[in-house]
Amino acid sequence: MANTPEDLSYTKDHEWVRPKGDQATVGITDHAQHQLGDVVYVELPKVGDKFEASEPFGSVESVKAVSEVYMPLGGSVVEVNESLNDSPEQVNEDPYGDGWMIRIKIDNPAQVDALLTSIEYEDYIKEEAAE
Amino acid sequence: MLKRTPLYEAHVSIGARMVEFAGWQMPVQYSGHVQEHMAVREAAGLFDVSHMGEVELRGADALALVQRISTNDASKLEDNQVQYSTMTNETGGVIDDLLVYRFNSDSFLLVVNAGGSDSDFAWIKDHANDLNVEVHNTSAAFALLALQGPRAEQILQTLTDHMLDRIPYYWSQRVLVDGVACRVSRTGYTGEDGFEILCDSAIARRLWNRLLITGADRGLIPCGLAARNTLRLEAAFRLYGHDMDETTTPLEAGLGWVVKLAKGDFIGRDALSKQKEEGLKRKLAGFEVLDRAPARDGYPVVIDDKEVGVVTSGSPAPYLKKNIGLAYLPTEYATVGTALSIVIRGRNVPARVVETPFYKRKRVYD
Repeated sequence: MANTPEDLSYTKDHEWVRPKGDQATVGITDHAQHQLGDVVYVELPKVGDKFEASEPFGSVESVKAVSEVYMPLGGSVVEVNESLNDSPEQVNEDPYGDGWMIRIKIDNPAQVDALLTSIEYEDYIKEEAAE
Repeated sequence: MLKRTPLYEAHVSIGARMVEFAGWQMPVQYSGHVQEHMAVREAAGLFDVSHMGEVELRGADALALVQRISTNDASKLEDNQVQYSTMTNETGGVIDDLLVYRFNSDSFLLVVNAGGSDSDFAWIKDHANDLNVEVHNTSAAFALLALQGPRAEQILQTLTDHMLDRIPYYWSQRVLVDGVACRVSRTGYTGEDGFEILCDSAIARRLWNRLLITGADRGLIPCGLAARNTLRLEAAFRLYGHDMDETTTPLEAGLGWVVKLAKGDFIGRDALSKQKEEGLKRKLAGFEVLDRAPARDGYPVVIDDKEVGVVTSGSPAPYLKKNIGLAYLPTEYATVGTALSIVIRGRNVPARVVETPFYKRKRVYD
């Protein structure tokens, strides 16, 4: 069973969000890293890049396949996890910690309320699996 | 409706992730893609490849039919020998690649890819009308297991009295495995030593389980299609539908060694003969990406800002720990050392043409 910490918010594209003031840290969920398998490459945007909500901001690759990662909220990138260049496996080993991907400045902090709670996200995973 | 192999329940029961492949529900991975890949390079892996098609040819003209539809020279085969070959159409395009098993002068078995097994069967039958040969599609009757890796022989040996070291590379034998008659060949699609075991569908699950239990303490694990694909790519084995199809010839695909123009007539011979005379305009080449970003199927290949080809197979190589791939390139560029760029999400990433196979094991049998 995938780990979905209660203090985070989630998207249906399997990103997690840790808001703090007008900023938020973003990564992919334990469920997503498990589905992907061994991550061998992560491509991230540059600091200053701006994205709309649901726009792809980067990609994460297992040996098998490439998956895009999507912006959970509109905003601009204020920090990227450079350590994923050398150690992409952190996405598998610690998806909610060292495997974080970007920190963003949120355009509209009210959007955070529209994200899924951990319970809603867990239900969503179950629905997806049942399809 | 997707087809299932006789091992479908066995896969699901051990938690395999199942995917659709060529109309079949197949295990793509069990414990993990990289772990499975490494097990085959360093110990052993067991694959269910029962989705592959089998076509039996029986009768006095069985050899004549093989010679007509395939590019290699099957007249050179002795009883129990196996041969890699391609089937081509009139224009020399590859319809499929296959293994030709000779059992005796009037009995052959063709093992073809899953995707083409029905159309291959129809094609073969269509070209048998004037010959004294029966053509049977026996795909459903057989399961095919691939036991691959440096420990494959020791593992299989524990289940049979047959001296497996007497089966050379690309030969087969009828072998009692765990008391059941199977056709065992020293063949595979991984670049390692190993065997492919053709058995009755009805006993496949028992044999699968016996092999896994017997081999467990030697590091044998079940392996899925994901590992099979990266293993074959490291060995630079071509994948039908990706590295060759009806728009490419075996000569362009670097399979000239299985095109025997001197053997007599076969379908596609005139076209291939003409292409050989005129010289190849393009060739399949292996490349290594000089960057962390992996190349993937379909990515454009660029030289001096001009698109010169497309990646037909591209992936990180788990054993070699490099990003590798195959692509058709104009002949003048298909030489080792040529500098290329692969276009990865809009970025020109440097790569260069390298020797293939990318990975070559130390051969014990040859």
